[in-house]
Amino acid sequence: MEKFILKYFTLIRTLIAILVGVIISVVLIYIISEMPAYALKQFLLGPVLSVSRFSNVIENASPMIFCGVAIAIAFQAKQFNVGAEGALFLSAAVGTAFAVSTGMPTVFHIILVLIVAGITGAVWGFVPGILKAKWGASELVSSLMMNYIAYFAGLYLINSHFRDKNAGFLVSIRLPETAWLPQFIPGTRMHLGILLSLVFAFLGYYFLYHTTTGYEIRTTGHNDKFARFGGINVIKVVVLSQVISGMIAGIGGMTEVMGIHHRFNWQNSPGYGWDGVIVAIIGRNHPLLIILAAFFLSYLRVGSQVLNLMADVPSELVAVIQAIIIILITAEAFLSKWKYRITMKQAELEEAGNESIA
Amino acid sequence: MNPLLKSILSTGFGFAILRVMTPILLPAMGVAISELAGSVNIALEGIMIMAAFFGVIVSAFTGSIWLALLAGIAAGVTSGAILAYFHLKLKADIILAAIALNMFASGFTIFMLYIFTGDKGSTSSLKSLVFPEIQIPILKSIPVLGPIFSGHNIMTYIALLAVPFFYFLVFRTPLGLRIRAVGQNPHAAESVGINVNRVKFYALMLSGLFGALGGLYLSMGYVSWFSRDMTAGRGFIAIAAATLGGNMPMGMLWASLLFGFVNSIAIYIASLDIPSELIQMIPYLITVIALAIFSIKVQMKKKHVEGARELYSEEVISGVVKDISSDGD
Repeated sequence: MEKFILKYFTLIRTLIAILVGVIISVVLIYIISEMPAYALKQFLLGPVLSVSRFSNVIENASPMIFCGVAIAIAFQAKQFNVGAEGALFLSAAVGTAFAVSTGMPTVFHIILVLIVAGITGAVWGFVPGILKAKWGASELVSSLMMNYIAYFAGLYLINSHFRDKNAGFLVSIRLPETAWLPQFIPGTRMHLGILLSLVFAFLGYYFLYHTTTGYEIRTTGHNDKFARFGGINVIKVVVLSQVISGMIAGIGGMTEVMGIHHRFNWQNSPGYGWDGVIVAIIGRNHPLLIILAAFFLSYLRVGSQVLNLMADVPSELVAVIQAIIIILITAEAFLSKWKYRITMKQAELEEAGNESIA
Repeated sequence: MNPLLKSILSTGFGFAILRVMTPILLPAMGVAISELAGSVNIALEGIMIMAAFFGVIVSAFTGSIWLALLAGIAAGVTSGAILAYFHLKLKADIILAAIALNMFASGFTIFMLYIFTGDKGSTSSLKSLVFPEIQIPILKSIPVLGPIFSGHNIMTYIALLAVPFFYFLVFRTPLGLRIRAVGQNPHAAESVGINVNRVKFYALMLSGLFGALGGLYLSMGYVSWFSRDMTAGRGFIAIAAATLGGNMPMGMLWASLLFGFVNSIAIYIASLDIPSELIQMIPYLITVIALAIFSIKVQMKKKHVEGARELYSEEVISGVVKDISSDGD
């Protein structure tokens, strides 16, 4: 048992953090609500009580998975590039512009639009990457700034050049049907992009853990001096991690446009890039765990919306909970005494065992 | 005359720049003070929204502007201290902890807003106070300068006075010296007996103080209510302003003025047929370019005068040693 705890310590710690978060939310609901049992049921079970809500959980998880994998690849290289938000926004705008100005058979159209979006995102990741790798400029600051540039550039592109003047609000022209991602379950908005997000999570996992470049990324993130000493081209790795990160976020943004609304309808940044940071942290930067983390976060979000709608507790409860979960996961000292005690006990046991053999 | 030019040349425009600049300059100093101590603080967004919220709530329920000021500052400084505690004591990565703090602050303030008012949008149902506007005696009667520089909210003047204060704090006080020493070389600072973690802790609390003043201004000066997520990214813009200003007081003043100028233009031309997005983009573009140029410069300097740099940090450290031996700490 104790060996098991030590082996999976980070995973267990993450689960405990999540548990603490959920317990705090239950306590908060009991403090605030006048009908706590009902409210709690709505919060925890609401998302599975109707098809449309559950499909909401899955739909919302998709961009979180894209952005989570994108952020994780940068984070694994210890690059605090938080530019997924900007890459997603601008790529979706550029992809939309490209999609409405071209026409071709559907499969080609879809692939080409995704490629354009991916390239846009990659360029967006390249700038902070090269600034960091060559001259040591903080990728955190530059990627934050790039988010704003992307936001304004995307808005300019859509509002000034590709705006649907017949629509009553600020949205782009509708994409030609050849560029729509098929929705595969009638009555829901579940679309091919969701499957694509899973594919990208698996590709991301394979890339990080089963390719040389992935190994180089993780080694650089772990200890860049060691990586350099071991002959890894750290500059290349630092740039590449952020280029790939931007590309994945860009494709993710475009699938949202192509799969759900079929037009660019964001006037505010949708925040998926920041959700990506959250699920990357909860999923420990592991693409497969990120899938689970995204579903978890998406479930909480939908649950909180149901809670807000059906009971008397504001949905912002979830923002508070996710902040607590994240800070507990990132606080390395959290539960470290526990681990220390188990490690010591194990060591003593082993020593005693060795002595008895001798 | 061209309508755009006409509005830019009006005194109202100059007034607007100072008004818009205030909630950027104050948190920018918050970013800078922690940056100088070697910790990146991207939590100003959360710090500001907490201060903005508690200021309004306390002023509405107590009717005292002083208690509101105190509550706002306490909220900001506490947020800074929480960040410091998680970062320094519980060994959380400061960037991730700050992201969590921002998220928490946004959610928590809306949550509490709902508890207090039953509304999730704003505190418009509460009667909250604002900080006074100050007419500067002689200045106000001077043409052109008067309408631009007089009659601002007191927080705008506090922000302007914070510029020399920041300089004094960083370059003329023992704490400032320690902050710089820790930021430049924590190991060297430690070797002369500076408690690195404590200095960083103080710097993050100061960061919370500057952020709190910016947040208080937003909800009790810039407008007279609290509304959800009213910081609207100013905590991040502050990072841009601090970076663009090289974390130095005058530099940050100019950078904040640039942001104020550009945002005021965006408001003024909203009625004209010019895409405001492109103009609003400019300061961020300038920041990225400035960051690049700055980094290239630093690296070139590093390569050419490695030795000189060491000398400089030695000088700072010896200053600390002198300082410590003189105040008998």
